[in-house]
Amino acid sequence: MRINADADRCVGAGQCVLAAPDLFDQDDDGTVTVLTEPGAATKDAAREAVHLCPSGAITLEDG
Amino acid sequence: MATADAIPIEFPRRQPGRLTPPAEYAGLRSQEGLVKSSLPGGSTVWLVTRHEDVRSVLTDPRISSNPLHEGFPSMGKNGTVPPPDQVPGWFVAYDPPEHGRFRKALIPEFTVRRIKEMQPAIQRIVDRLIDALLDGGNSADLVAQFALPVPSLVICELLGVPYSDHEYFESRTRVLVTFTSTDEQRESAAKELITYLTKLISIKHKFPGNDLISGLLKNETLTAQEVSGIALLLLIAGHETTANNIALGVVMLLLNREWIGDPRAVEEALRYLSVADRVALRVAVEDVEIGGQLIKAGEGIVPLGAAANHDENAFERADQFDPGRPARHHVAFGYGVHQCLGQHLVRAEMGTAYRTLFERIPTLRLAVPPEELPFKDEGILFGLHELPVTW
Ligand code: HEM
Ligand code: SF4
Repeated sequence: MRINADADRCVGAGQCVLAAPDLFDQDDDGTVTVLTEPGAATKDAAREAVHLCPSGAITLEDG
Repeated sequence: MATADAIPIEFPRRQPGRLTPPAEYAGLRSQEGLVKSSLPGGSTVWLVTRHEDVRSVLTDPRISSNPLHEGFPSMGKNGTVPPPDQVPGWFVAYDPPEHGRFRKALIPEFTVRRIKEMQPAIQRIVDRLIDALLDGGNSADLVAQFALPVPSLVICELLGVPYSDHEYFESRTRVLVTFTSTDEQRESAAKELITYLTKLISIKHKFPGNDLISGLLKNETLTAQEVSGIALLLLIAGHETTANNIALGVVMLLLNREWIGDPRAVEEALRYLSVADRVALRVAVEDVEIGGQLIKAGEGIVPLGAAANHDENAFERADQFDPGRPARHHVAFGYGVHQCLGQHLVRAEMGTAYRTLFERIPTLRLAVPPEELPFKDEGILFGLHELPVTW
């Protein structure tokens, strides 16, 4: 599984950071940044972040 | 399904004395399509009640937040909000891409990390207010003496209002959100605040600090006038909403004492109470289908946050207060590009307020029976006029 995070679409709501603090952070400019690709233990958290993100900035590529 | 010429229903009201959303919402959610309703301000709008449909409305690019569009819902005069077209920087009323310029300038100030840095200041504010409560005897009105000053003092901190001006600032913002203020009092308080903010901005221009206004002034894409509009928006958007949530959340915890001390009560209180039920107003700028209903360009839409947050398809046993449930997909802060900028600040304020209040005053209880609490049943925001407590 790979995470695509589109900083242009991101509105800095920080839902991803709350849902999956191991996978996401907010840059100095407040927009999303991916810390690491999800592993077996964090796949569900990644899906949760996709579901919660209000701007559709996060997508997952399965694999 | 509603046809375009169906008679609009009356805008749903809260039942006096109840903490749950208007009873009509359940019927509206299970009905096919959408229903038209007439607003207190006179216009006719589509009501959206299902969780999935509310999210669709708030993310559809054919649906606008700009009140200058023909057909935008009018809630009538509510005293606190200046006409957005007259306040540059009032970006909750802008659509993408203009909206993005303001949002991008502000998000660095509201990240999860930035709010963590504010935690000691929030704790200090909450502690001082509780000191004053305890010094004052064994009863209090938690709205006036706690729930309202917490967000107002936190916003002072955020904006960089000097400590010596806190009382002035708090007293002026108080007038704006107090039910019994007259229109003249509100208008003059709003003018005084704008004058104050303009002065503060020119001082920060010369002597920048480590605060939000100083940060925004460094941003070359924003004019000083826009910075003052943004400051006013933050002040108004973050004051009564937060105060109502703090006060009503205390009531929820007093009625469900087994959850006192559980930090998850914050998220569930946000969902359950949904104080900003009817805050996100929209208008279709192109024809669009929502929930199986054709909405024509120029028709107003009111996505009802409390209805979505009590939708059984999104939350099991939705009318039950259960902090143990996963509740984070609630829309108490809206959804889409306008989703509340202040949400992590609110979580920090509510969490600190509940934890500290019940730690320091464990015997806290209501001073009147719950059904006698003076709820704001009529306003745009759900809340309490007063919260008489004793300990
Ligand atoms: C419990 C308290 C709060 C609730 C329930 C709440 C709710 C909301 C809602 C529903 C929206 C979306 C409006 C729309 O889509 O048209 C919103 C937007 C906003 N909120 Fe909050 N809010 C709260 C506290 C705050 C605080 C403390 C601040 C700032 C200090 C704040 C600042 C804003 C701003 C600036 C926007 C506009 C964002 C944009 O347009 O991009 N809010 N809020
Ligand atoms: S949840 Fe979405 S909008 Fe919010 S910070 Fe993460 S990517 Fe950005």
